Amino acid sequence: MATKEKHLTIRLQGIKKLYQIGDQEVAALNGITLDIHSGEFAALMGPSGSGKSTLMNILGCLDRPTMGSYQLDGQEVAHLSDDELAATRNKKIGFVFQNFNLLSRISALDNVALPLVYAGVGRKERMERAKYFLDAVGLGDRADHQPNELSGGQRQRVAIARALVNDPHIIMADEPTGNLDTKSTKEIMEIFEGMHAKGRTIILVTHEPEIAACASRQLLVRDGVITRDEGKGVVMDVV
Amino acid sequence: MLFSESFQMAITALMANKLRSLLTMLGIIIGVGAVIAMVSVGMGVRSNIQTSIASLGSNMLIISPGSSDRGGPRGAAGSMTTLKYDDAVAVKNKIKNIDYVSPTVSSSYQVVNGNQNWNTTVTGVTPEFMAIRSLEVSTGSFISKSDLDKRQRVAVLGSTVVENLFGTENPVSRNIRINNQPFKVIGVLDSKGQSSMGQDQDDVVYIPLTTAQERMQGITYVQSINVQVSDPEKMDQVQEEIEELIRQRHHIAAGKEDDFNVRNLTSIMETMNQTTAMITILLGSIAGISLVVGGIGIMNIMMVSVTERTREIGIRKALGATFFNIMTQFLIESVVIGVIGGLIGIVLGCGISKLIAQIGKFTTVITILPILVSFVFSVGIGLFFGIYPARKAAKLDPIEALRYE
Repeated sequence: MATKEKHLTIRLQGIKKLYQIGDQEVAALNGITLDIHSGEFAALMGPSGSGKSTLMNILGCLDRPTMGSYQLDGQEVAHLSDDELAATRNKKIGFVFQNFNLLSRISALDNVALPLVYAGVGRKERMERAKYFLDAVGLGDRADHQPNELSGGQRQRVAIARALVNDPHIIMADEPTGNLDTKSTKEIMEIFEGMHAKGRTIILVTHEPEIAACASRQLLVRDGVITRDEGKGVVMDVV
Repeated sequence: MLFSESFQMAITALMANKLRSLLTMLGIIIGVGAVIAMVSVGMGVRSNIQTSIASLGSNMLIISPGSSDRGGPRGAAGSMTTLKYDDAVAVKNKIKNIDYVSPTVSSSYQVVNGNQNWNTTVTGVTPEFMAIRSLEVSTGSFISKSDLDKRQRVAVLGSTVVENLFGTENPVSRNIRINNQPFKVIGVLDSKGQSSMGQDQDDVVYIPLTTAQERMQGITYVQSINVQVSDPEKMDQVQEEIEELIRQRHHIAAGKEDDFNVRNLTSIMETMNQTTAMITILLGSIAGISLVVGGIGIMNIMMVSVTERTREIGIRKALGATFFNIMTQFLIESVVIGVIGGLIGIVLGCGISKLIAQIGKFTTVITILPILVSFVFSVGIGLFFGIYPARKAAKLDPIEALRYE
């Protein structure tokens, strides 16, 4: 396999997503073609209604495109079944959401370990790996706390640890700092930059230009198409 | 995902809403409890009837005289005087598959010992009567063949009669007067207690059949002949043979009405068993309805739970939970409600059954079958009524579910 293809994590070709509203067919995505290489830190921007959330859902394997091809790690995923998509999300994608989306009844450690439950990892290893990633985001001493006992920034760090725990190819972050104060925003972005530095592929959805500026590549979505693509192909050198 | 993980999730979810979980279980608890208690009552009735019929002897045919219809007003059943001791002897000798034949006559008399007196049923019997009714003699002996042949004035007393005439004294070899005739007590029977119909089975006096016929009543006929058949399979056949034989002996022409009746206790018992089985099923199924209602309660709460936890389901799906994972999680939750509810219900049902037995002085019979059936049923109900909500949860679209507030 060619070296270039090996580094190609995401390849979208002619992705369209159509919704039926009454008699009318509305295109949320109208032909998106996009390559994202391994180790890229891409920011996805656009006004609301531009289709960036739809694109994010398709990239995150939460949704299927109406037409077009989506290759993730060389594997066609556009037409997988629900359960196959679930398995793909579990193995290859780590999610970080704006409102954290932690389970409120279980501890931070159990939250981090949750993807491993669905990956079929045994309890002992699960706890070890969850602890490792919780330590990595600086919350090792909060392992037994429930999410409502943690601050917003801490919750988002738990969510990041959860996104990393199954060692995914891509981290999808949907407005990860949208609900955070300036200080926490800075901390979280430092973590993302750190992950980027370690060679992880990150796709970040945001509408704040300062946040997008942290990324190595900026994509602007408007009316279902990518209208601007800056910094393409810039891959952080892995030292 | 391992089963134990799903189980743990289910327990966590149920513990998070303890009161709600308990109230949901209550439907199942009451249902299972009611089924067990009701069935135990039904089975109690059945066992009462069975023991009372069995105390009359098993595989029993009873031949009794028909009603007199020689013109004018008809007499009561049993008023015919055509059934004789010889009929009993003939049945014994000519028909196969018979263990014992026991003809009897009985009447009520005043029985006196010194200044004590008691009114009771005095029955004339043959020695076979003891075996046919499974009587046991506690002291002394039962009526013998020679007592019968010699028309001896001897009597065997039931324990109630002994109590009333002798108190705590031993009555054997003592003399009593029955209808002013002197009798010697030769034995006392073991207590058989009350029959299920409330009759005191110990309030009896037995004397030789011949003595009763000739010395007491001055009659030549018998009032009933009990026949014990050796094989329950042969009951119907023996009954037919007896009917034919006695018709012959009584010279009853074909097409004419019999002057006697043959009743089959086993068939009476079967009818009784069918009746009590019906009662038991009726009670059980009425209680079973509450189980189904309890199941609907589970479904209701599970639906609410799925709606409430839409976001949780969305998160789990985003992190890689499959349809099967979510389905299992919710299904186990509702099955756990069924299992725990069922177990508590079993304890409750057995408790209520014991309480009924205690307070109502009524026999209740707890058997393993209704316990097993109602438990399996409650688990099944948890499963059945959990399927729809669990499917609903598992089919949620992750994007929609994550957006749910």
